[in-house]
Formats: sequence, structure tokens, C-alpha cells
Amino acid sequence: MFSSSSPLPSNPLTPTSTAPNEGEPSPIPVMHVQDLSCFYGRHKAVEGVYINIYEKHVTAIIGPSGCGKSTFLKTLNRIGEMESDLRIQGRVELLGKNIYAKGTNLNQLRRQVGMIFQQPNPFAMSIYDNVAYGIKTVSRPSRSFLDDAVESALRSAALWDEVKDNLNQSGLDLSGGQQQRLCIARALAVNPKVLLMDEPCSALDPIATMKIEALLHELKNKVTIVIVTHNMQQASRVSEYTAFFSTDEHRIGQLVEFGATSQIFLEAEQPSTRDYVAGRFG
Amino acid sequence: MSDLFAPLPPSKKLFNVAMSVTAFALSALALIPLLAMLGAILSKGVPHLTADVFTQLPAPAGMKDVPSGFANAIIGTGVMVAIAAGLSLPLGILTAIYLSEFGKNSTFANAVRMLVTILSAAPSIVVGVFAYGVLVLPLKGFSALAGGFALSVIMLPIVTLATEESLKLVPNAQRLASAALGAGYGRTTLRIVLARAFPGILTSSLLAIARAAGETAPLIFTALFSQNWLEGLLGPSASLSVLIYNYASSPFVDQNNLAWAAAVMLVGIVVFTNLLARWVTRNRQTTR
Amino acid sequence: MRPYRALYFFRSRLTQMTEALEPTQSNLPQRSPVPTESWVSQFGDGGFRGISFLAALLTASIPFWMCVLIFKDARPAIAKFGLAFLWTQEWNIDQSLFGALPYIYGTLVSSAIALFLALPIGVAVAIITSEKVLPEGLQTPIAFLVELIAAIPSVIVGLWGRFILIPALEPFQQFLYSHFKWIPIFNTQPFGPSMLMAGVVLAIMIVPTIAAISREVFLAISQDLRNGAFALGATQWESIMFITLPAAASGIFGAASLALGRALGETMAVTMVIGNVNEISTSLLNPGNSIPALLANQFGEASDPLHIGALMYLALMLFLVTLAVNAIAAVLVRTLTRNA
Repeated sequence: MFSSSSPLPSNPLTPTSTAPNEGEPSPIPVMHVQDLSCFYGRHKAVEGVYINIYEKHVTAIIGPSGCGKSTFLKTLNRIGEMESDLRIQGRVELLGKNIYAKGTNLNQLRRQVGMIFQQPNPFAMSIYDNVAYGIKTVSRPSRSFLDDAVESALRSAALWDEVKDNLNQSGLDLSGGQQQRLCIARALAVNPKVLLMDEPCSALDPIATMKIEALLHELKNKVTIVIVTHNMQQASRVSEYTAFFSTDEHRIGQLVEFGATSQIFLEAEQPSTRDYVAGRFG
Repeated sequence: MSDLFAPLPPSKKLFNVAMSVTAFALSALALIPLLAMLGAILSKGVPHLTADVFTQLPAPAGMKDVPSGFANAIIGTGVMVAIAAGLSLPLGILTAIYLSEFGKNSTFANAVRMLVTILSAAPSIVVGVFAYGVLVLPLKGFSALAGGFALSVIMLPIVTLATEESLKLVPNAQRLASAALGAGYGRTTLRIVLARAFPGILTSSLLAIARAAGETAPLIFTALFSQNWLEGLLGPSASLSVLIYNYASSPFVDQNNLAWAAAVMLVGIVVFTNLLARWVTRNRQTTR
Repeated sequence: MRPYRALYFFRSRLTQMTEALEPTQSNLPQRSPVPTESWVSQFGDGGFRGISFLAALLTASIPFWMCVLIFKDARPAIAKFGLAFLWTQEWNIDQSLFGALPYIYGTLVSSAIALFLALPIGVAVAIITSEKVLPEGLQTPIAFLVELIAAIPSVIVGLWGRFILIPALEPFQQFLYSHFKWIPIFNTQPFGPSMLMAGVVLAIMIVPTIAAISREVFLAISQDLRNGAFALGATQWESIMFITLPAAASGIFGAASLALGRALGETMAVTMVIGNVNEISTSLLNPGNSIPALLANQFGEASDPLHIGALMYLALMLFLVTLAVNAIAAVLVRTLTRNA
């Protein structure tokens, strides 16, 4: 049942296959989560998560609402503890270093692991300033460097052609889908290794959603993506790995199964996974 | 069935009419003084609002045909309000930043809020007594500095509470997005939160300034009064509000007239600043 | 520099400034590890937090500072007169005999008159600006105008009171005396400034407070309550008077307390129309004095520490009483607007 070629330490949820496509070289984990539990104060929200996030691939996190998907996502760049009294037990590693170690520079961490939120939230500034914000946080680059960086980020987010003629208009004047792509450009401008996305399309119409999904196919060549989504079809469309979360009888979120997307959706091992992807609950 | 279209019984009708009349009459009683005051100030003050008022010192009492004005009072009010703003705006805004961004709902932050509310309820004369104890007694003299200090204590709670409200209106998602890009608290607060809350902060500052400009009680025994030009911050200073108070009770008609002219100016400043404060936020609400 | 060179230079500088993560197979140049915390950014953040904390601490300390300082300066008087200060009538500066009774009396009576006059007016304004007895368009301007009264500086209200209101109401005061002198409160000959005038002027100034807060209380009352009354056949006014008003009662009481707190501390308008005479008399047509008015008049010239001490004692009492009244009021208003 468990693949012997797995490089992970022993844990109950080793994926049966680490390579989603035949003939692909073994992927490299850029983030590694080991026995992670999340607490809000004394209340345990998520328990016992083991996961690898593989470089330059899209990992989808699916599951019914309230099972801790967003909570888990927000521990990956330590944004969760800014919003509330979220604590963790366990280990989260970025390129081998524990991000919860004492003395971790949170600002640097968040530049390496960026985040896109559910509601597009561009700053009340021009498009140019939105994208340049993250860059200007760490350095004082020349104007021409900024221009190039902004253009490159907007191109990567498939927004350049739509806004190139008027970079000074307010970010808030764009449509919902454009605003979300602006947020993606803004996050890409600081060259993160991982991009976390918390249900990025749930506030958008189907066409905007399609554009962003198409964007993800391109983006994964540059940056690792972890996307939380309640839309199973979206998960099967865009991701190569999928993690299925659910709650146990005590309402504590758990990682039920993790593996290649094709396998999760076609031949899942756990019965609850099979039930969920078949739409029998959720 | 015919009851459905029967008119109201006369007792109910009478009650309705009587209540309406009473309510409107009482409300008119509230508005009449306002109109009477504004009318009186304009009619009695404007005729005496000459150019001299802006350039001359008050003439000695009882002397006629001497150019008389209250330029020193205008300067005095300006200087003391400036001192008050310089003390209370930074302190109040920083306190509000602490309460909204760092303290949030902690016990300490709630205690601070309660203490600031207590401060806002202090009668202005008591604030004047406080400033008297802090600056007039030790420095053994009345001073513009003491007056400015008293006004700053009056402004401080207004600035703090209103600024905190403006900061809390900035959606939290903005702070999270800024943090997710790696910006620290300082940069996030300055570039994102303060920038977004700026119109609200400007409004609160203007409202506090309008209030301070009109205060009299805290100045009476801190800055006292003076018939001369301001001689440095450690000497007594005239102000528009104290001038009105002093000259209103004077037996000399010339001084009474000056009091009315000063009243026009003071009401003008206060009303203008109030309207400016409201205009600032209304402007922002339309642009998204 | 050519653009791509600049790009590469700055990008590598960017990553140099990040923490020492092992370079992956991606296109990062080999750089030596840098410490995990850039001490500049740590200090910047910590420093900012520290400064704002200090500001909050300083701001919060001011009320304590006030109490302590006023108490300290009042000590000579407290030591000499004790609690008897509150019911002694004599205020003689030369003989250093100080008693607060006339001023306490004046403060309380003028505030009571003010509340008595302002409460019905304030509630009436609140009703017509929140219930549907006026066309919608008129509600906001009227509410705005009433609030404008609150913005008018107290000294200007006093100026108007002294030169316009007192002469205008002189015939009325005379009328009260000549026709009602058998009632103790009207049994002296009026000559202008009086306790009644002080009450009227204070009433004008506290109406906006009562109106604004009562309005909020009315607006906070759920529409379901009114609908219940309408469904039983009540008219608009019946619903207001018998259903909404009782429901708003504790909130209005809170508004009145807040207004009382304001009236107790009001100085300028009162001192310009009350007459500044250290007497206690049952007649409202007599001049009198109040604590704030006395402070305004005498602080500027006080030099004897006992005199200053007595004035400070008065100020301390005023501060504490106003505090207590405001605290009660705040609790009342908050409970009602939360429950509704």
C-alpha cells in the first residue's frame, strides 16, 4: 500500500505515487509539514497533518467547509497568527528550515511564501504602486528597474495587456477578476518561492475564474502554488497534487489523504475521500 | 364592514394633533435660540469688524477715536491652538495607532480607552485648573504655553477616540495583504492604514481644533489676558475667547462692540472649521 | 547599465537581503548565508510598537496626573475644613474662611432647571428627527442645526445671554414675580441676571446632547416593536408615546445623565448670566453662583495657598462628581443601544 520509494519519514499518509506524470523526475519538496496541529487558544482546529508541497507544481487542498483548509494554509506563511490567536504544534519547513523556529524573520518568510486572499484586496493606490509596493519594501531600486519589474509581474499575471496604457489608474477601478490578477502580480513582484491561494476564485464570475485557472497553468513553471478550493472540478483541472481534509466526529480538521490528483479523484484509498469526490457529502 | 372606512374617533384625532403641535413647538424652541444667536452676532458684530480689528491692539478703556482692534487676540488664539495641536495631534494619533493596531482588545488597551473617555468628560474649567497647577504655579506666572497646554489636554481625547475609529474602519484584509508581502508593522501602518484613514484623521483633527479655538475657561487663568502683543511663550497672552469674556462685562460700550466683533470672528472660525471637517470626509465617500 | 544587467544586479541584491535559505536548483547565485534577522527591520518594527505604547501610556496617565495634582494642591484646604466644607456657607478670602455650600447649591439648582427645560425639548427634537412625523428630507437638516448649537463656544452663548436674552426675558421674569410671588421660587424682585437665566442658558446648551443621544436610542429601537403597535390599530403618535418612548426610557435617562454631566461643568455661559453673588436663596429670580463660575472668577487672582487650596478642593469635587455622572450615563446608554 505504501510506496517504498517514498523519501518521507514514516507517517500514515505517504502518497502512493510521488510523480504525477509518467517519466517525470522525482519532484522536490519545497515545503514540508510534519505532524502539524493548529489551535485557536485552547481549541484544537486541525490535527496531525503530514504533507509535502512539491516545487513547481500545483497542490490543491479540498474538503468540506469548516475542516481547517484555510487555517492550515495560513500557517504556511504565518499569517494566521496575525489574524487571531492561532498557535501550532509540529513542524513546518521551507527548504529544510523550520519557519516556526525562534528568531525567524517573519517579513522575509512572507516574501518567500506569498498569499492571495479570497476577496481581491488591492491597495487604494495606482496599479503601478500596488505592484511596486512589495519591491519598495526591501530596496530602493531605480525607476527603470521598477518599471521593468512591474511590467514583468503584470505580464506573469496576464494583466499587462489590459492595463498597460493606464498604470496610474487606481487598483480599485478594475473589475473583480482584474483586481485578483493585480493581487497576483503584486505577490509575484517579490519573487516568492511559494504562492498560497485561499479560494481565489470564489468571489469571481466564471469567466474571470477561467482566466485565473489558465494563468495557474503558466505560473506553476515559475512558482510553486498551493490552492485551497471548495470547487472540486477546479481542483481536478488545475492541480497535480491534491490534499483532502475533513473533520472527524469531534469537529477537528484532519488530512485524510494526500496524493497525485489523478489518483485522488479516480482511485482514492480512503472511503471518505471517495465519497467526497463523488459528491456524496460536502 | 363599514367600520373599515369610518374616520378616526375625535379623541384620537385630537391627541394626534395635540402631540404634533407640541412636538413641533418644542423643537422650534430649540432652534429659535440658534437663529437668534447667529442673527445677533451678525447684526451686532459685523458693523464693528473693521480692518483695524486685524491690525491694532485694543485701545485703553474709555478712550475714543483711537484705533482699536484685537490683532493680539487673533495671534494669541492662533499661537495657542498651534501649541495645543502640536502637543495633542502626535500624541493622540500615536495612542490611537497603539489602540487599533497593537493593543486591540487587551485589558491594557481597554483601560486606556476608558481613561481617555474619562478625560473627555472632564469639565474644561477643571482642565484649566490642572494646567494652572502644572505650569502656572511652578513657573510663577501666566503664559501662552500654559494656555496651549490646557487646550492640548482638551483636544487629546477627541483626537485619540476619533482617530481610533477611523483606523478601525480600514479593512483588516489590507493589513494582511501588506504583511503577506513582507512589510512590517511600521510600513503597513504608515503606508496602508494611515494613508487609507487619512481623511478621517484630518476630520478629527479639524474638529478638535475648532473646539480648542472656542474654549475660554481653560485660558482664563493659564494664559490670562494681555492688552499688548505677545511677548514670547512664557508671557501672558490675549485670545479671542477671553477677550469676549472680559469685554462683555466691561462698562465701556467700545469694548462691548469689540466683543461682538470678536464673536463674529470666533463663530466664523469655528463654523468654518466644522464645515471643512465634514467636507473632507464627504469628499472621500464618493470616490471609492 | 543595460537593463538586464541592472535587473540581475538588483535581483541578486534582493535575495542577498533575504535569509540564508539554501539556494534551490533555480537561478539564484551562490551567496553566503546572512543572519536570520535583519536587525534594522526588527528594531524598526519593535521601535514603532514601543513608541506607540509609550504614547498610550502617557495619554492614559493624564487623568491620574490630574487627580493627584489637584488633590495635592487642595490638601491645605481639605486639612483645615474637612467635609464641613460642603455645608459651610461662608466664603471670606480675607479671613481665610471658605465654605462651598452656595456654589454647590448654585451648580445643582441651575443644572436642575436646565434639565427640566431641556429634557422635553430634546426628546421632542429626537422624536421628530427619527420617527416618521416629518417628511424625510427635513430630518437631517434639523438634526444638523440642533447639533450646530453644540458647536457654538460657551462664551458666545454667554455674550448673547447677557446682552440679548436677559433684556428680552426681563418682562417675563417680572411677570413671574408679580403674579406668582406667593410661590417661594419666584418671591424676589428680579433685576436681570438670575439663577433662572443660568438655567435657561444651560438648557439651550444641553439640548443638542439630549437630542442627539435620544435620537440614536430611538433609531436603535427595533422596527418590529412599532409594527406590533400598528398591527393593533395604534396611530403614529400613540405608538410613539405609549410604545417607543417607554422602550427608550432608560436610554433617554442615560442621555439626560450625560447632559447633566455637561451642565455641571459648564462655565462661561453660566458665569456671564448668573450674577456671581454668593447667596443661597430659594427664589430662582435671585442671582447666585456656581462652582465653575467661582473658579473662573477667582483663580486668576488667588495667591494665598489656602485660598488656592479651597478653589482646588472645589475643582476636585466638581471633577469627581462629573466623572461619576458621566460614568453612570455611559453605562446606561451603552446597555440600551446594545439591547435594542
